[in-house]
Amino acid sequence: MPDADTDAREPDHEVSDAEPSRPEPSRPVADEVAAAVVGRFPGTVFADSHGQAVVYVERAHWHDVAEYLRDSEQFTQCMDVTAVDHLVDTARDVPDGVIGERFEVVANFLSHPRNRRIRAICEVPAGEPEVASLVDLYPGLAFAEREVLDLFGLVFAGHPDPTRILMPDDWIGHPLRKDDAPARVPVTFKGDPSPR
Amino acid sequence: MSRDTQLGTPERGRLEAQTDEGAQELQPLNAAARERELVMTGGVWPDIDDTMIINMGPQHPSTHGVLRIMMELNGETVLRAKPVIGYLHTGMEKTGEELTYVQGGTNVTRMDYASPLSNELVFALAVERLLDVDVPERATWIRMMLVELNRMSSHLLFQATNGMDLGAVSMMIYGWRERERTLRLLEMITGLRMNHNFIRPGGVAADLPDDWRLETLELCEQVEAGVREYDELLTENPIWRERTVGVGHITTEQALALGATGPILRSTGFAWDLRKAQPYLAYDAVDFDVIYTENGDVFDRFQIRLYEILESIKIVRQCVDAMPAGDYRAQDRKVTPPPRERIDESMEALIHHFKLFTEGFRVPPGETYATVESPRGEIGCYLVSDGSAKPVRLHIRGPSFYNLQSMDAMVPGALFADAVAIISSLDPIMGEVDR
Amino acid sequence: MGLESLGHNFLTGRVEDLVKWARRSSLWPATFGLACCAIEMMATGAAHYDLSRWGMEIFRASPRQADLMIVAGRVSQKMAPVLRQVYDQMVEPKWVISMGVCASSGGMFNNYAIVQGVDQIVPVDVYVPGCPPGPETLMHGILTLNDQIRSGELTRRRATSPSGGAGILIEQRDGVRAGV
Repeated sequence: MPDADTDAREPDHEVSDAEPSRPEPSRPVADEVAAAVVGRFPGTVFADSHGQAVVYVERAHWHDVAEYLRDSEQFTQCMDVTAVDHLVDTARDVPDGVIGERFEVVANFLSHPRNRRIRAICEVPAGEPEVASLVDLYPGLAFAEREVLDLFGLVFAGHPDPTRILMPDDWIGHPLRKDDAPARVPVTFKGDPSPR
Repeated sequence: MSRDTQLGTPERGRLEAQTDEGAQELQPLNAAARERELVMTGGVWPDIDDTMIINMGPQHPSTHGVLRIMMELNGETVLRAKPVIGYLHTGMEKTGEELTYVQGGTNVTRMDYASPLSNELVFALAVERLLDVDVPERATWIRMMLVELNRMSSHLLFQATNGMDLGAVSMMIYGWRERERTLRLLEMITGLRMNHNFIRPGGVAADLPDDWRLETLELCEQVEAGVREYDELLTENPIWRERTVGVGHITTEQALALGATGPILRSTGFAWDLRKAQPYLAYDAVDFDVIYTENGDVFDRFQIRLYEILESIKIVRQCVDAMPAGDYRAQDRKVTPPPRERIDESMEALIHHFKLFTEGFRVPPGETYATVESPRGEIGCYLVSDGSAKPVRLHIRGPSFYNLQSMDAMVPGALFADAVAIISSLDPIMGEVDR
Repeated sequence: MGLESLGHNFLTGRVEDLVKWARRSSLWPATFGLACCAIEMMATGAAHYDLSRWGMEIFRASPRQADLMIVAGRVSQKMAPVLRQVYDQMVEPKWVISMGVCASSGGMFNNYAIVQGVDQIVPVDVYVPGCPPGPETLMHGILTLNDQIRSGELTRRRATSPSGGAGILIEQRDGVRAGV
C-alpha cells in the first residue's frame, strides 16, 4: 500500500483512536523527519508508537536510511541497536504495509541539535538473518552489533570484528532466540545426579 | 636493507600459546605498517618485536568489576587496548522475558548495581507508557528524590574507587563514609541498601516514612560537608592534578561518534543532560545546573561527578520543600495491588492480589523506548509487549556498554598507569555492560 | 595487676591452637568481587563496618598472597574457568566464602548464563545468603568461618578428602579427577 503521502503533513490530520496504545497504522505522516524518510525510501512505513516516531524500513535500505538520518537530518548519535525475536508472540502488531518477519532489528537515533529522537525498525526473515552494519556511520555501534550477533545470530555485513562478545567463544547457539536457551532452568540441588 | 617482518607461523604460534582464547586475541600490527627499516648484516635474525601484549583482568585489583583488557604495549606506552567483556553476562534480558512486569523491577535493578533506582525508573517509565497509566504527582516527586539520592551515592562510589585506583587510598574510606550515610537514608525509605525494587510501574512501593524530612536534610548537610572535604583534598592537590590533568583526552566528535553519554560527553564541553534536554519526572519544576567542562580529561570527569553531587543535593532539598501530598501509587486496579489490610476484608481484594502476584498484569501490544539520565549517561529501556503478562523483549541500553568504547579514543598513546586512570574515569559498571 | 604478678611467666597451650589463632586472625581475602555483592564487600571493608577488626582489611590482588576467596557476585559461564584458576593459584590453607545467593545457588538467575552455585566449581566453606547480604551478614559469615577454623573442623575435613570435603567431583584440566 503506498504510503508516501508527503503532502498530507498537517498535524491536525492526526486521528485519536479508541485504542491510542496501539501503533497507529499508516496515516498521513505527522512527523517531518519520518515523512522525509518515507518519501525518499519506498516501502517505508511510518508508525506513531505512544508519541514516538517509528519508521519501518526495508532491509535493503537499512544503511542508506541511517546515512540519510546522520548526514541530512542531523541525527548525531545512534543510541542503540538491538533485535527482537517474534517467534512466539501471542499478538503481533505491525502497521499496514509491513510484513512481519521473525526478527526485527531496531535502531534508536538521537539528534542533539534538534533535540528529538526517531526509531528505525527493519524486518529480518529467519531464512536470511543478515542486515547491513552501521558501524562505518556510527562507530559506537560496534559492541551493540556484536551483541546482536552473539545473542541472536543476526549477521551484520561489514562489521569489522564479528565475534562473540558476551558468551564464551566456544559457545554454541544464540541464547536470546526464543527456541534456543530456556529462560528458566530447573533449580539444582547438591547431590543431584545430573550435571550443571 | 629493509625487510618486511611478516607475521609468520612461529609468531602466531607464540601468541596463541599465551592465552586460550582465539577470537578475542589481539594480533600485533604488521611491522610493515609501522614503517620500520631493519638493517641486517650477518646471519638471519628472528623477527624482532618491540611490542608486548599483556592481559589485564578479569580479576584485578581495580575495583571496576570483571573487565578484561588486552593491551599492546611498547615499553610503557599503550598502543592499543581492547576490552573483552562478557565475564558478568547474566542473561538478564532472557530472564526478563520470563518474569512478569510485576517482577521485572527485581531483575532490572541488578544491572547497574551502583544506581539501581535509575534502572527501576527507566523500566517503570517504559511499562507505564505502554500501559498508558498516569502516575500521581507525589509518586513522581518521591521517584525524583530517590533517583537523585542514588546519583549521590553512585558518584560517591565513583570518588572512592577512582581515588583508590589512582592511589589515594584514603579517598576510598572517605567516600564510603558518605555513601554509608546515603545508603542508610535509602534503607529507611525503601527498606534495602541496594537493589531496592522500590520504583515500580504505577508509582513507588510504599510511602515515605514519618521523619523523612529531618533525616534527608541532615544527610544533605553531611554529604555537602564531605564533598567540600574531597574538593579540598583533591582538586588543588598537585599529585592528583599531575596524574589526571591532560590524561585521557577525548573530543566531542569522538565521544559522539563512539556513543558516549553522561559525564564523558559533558567533559568535552557539550552540556547534554537528559534531565534538562528531555525532562522526565518533575525535573522541569526544580532548579539545578548541568555541570560540564571543556578539557575532556580524567580530571574533568572527576570534577563533573563531584559537583553533580552538589547539584543532586540541591534537587533533594527542593524535593523536601515541595513534596506534594497524595497517592504514592496509581490507584489503578490493573497495576496496583490492594492494601494488605483489605485482603482480610474483601474477597475481590484477595483475588486481585492473587492474580497480580501470580500472573501479573497484561500490557497491550506495543513497543517503546524510555530514557533516563543515570549517573553514567543515558540509560534506555526498549520494551516490546505482545499483550501477555511477560515482555517479548526487554532490552536495556546500558550507558557503560557504550562508554567503554570511548577507551579507543583515550587510551592509545597513554602510559600504562594512565590507562588505569582512564578506565577508572569511565566509571563502568560491568553489570550493565554485560547484563 | 599485670603479668608481673603471675608466679610464673609461662603460658602453655598447644601449637595447633596457636596456628589456628594466627590463621583466623589474619585471613587475607583475594579480590574476587564480581557484581553487586562486591559493593557490599567493599562497604564491609570500609570504615563503618571495618573488616580490619579481624585483620582482613587488605584485599590481596595476587591469589598467592591470599588465604580467603570471597566469591562476591554472580559467576557467569565465561568467568567460571577464571574462578577455578584463581582458586587453584591460592596456596593452602585456603577457604572460600560464597557471598550472596547468586554465588551460593545461582540466585534469582536460573538461566543459561549463570553457574548455579559456585560450589560446582570450588569447595565452599561458608555460604552467606542475601541479595546482596548486608555488611552485618557478611561479617557473621566471616565470624562463622573463624569459628570453624578455631574448632579445627575444617582441617579435619580437609585432611580426609582431596577435594576439601565438599562432596563434589572435580575434573581438572590435566585430566586428573579429584573428588569426594
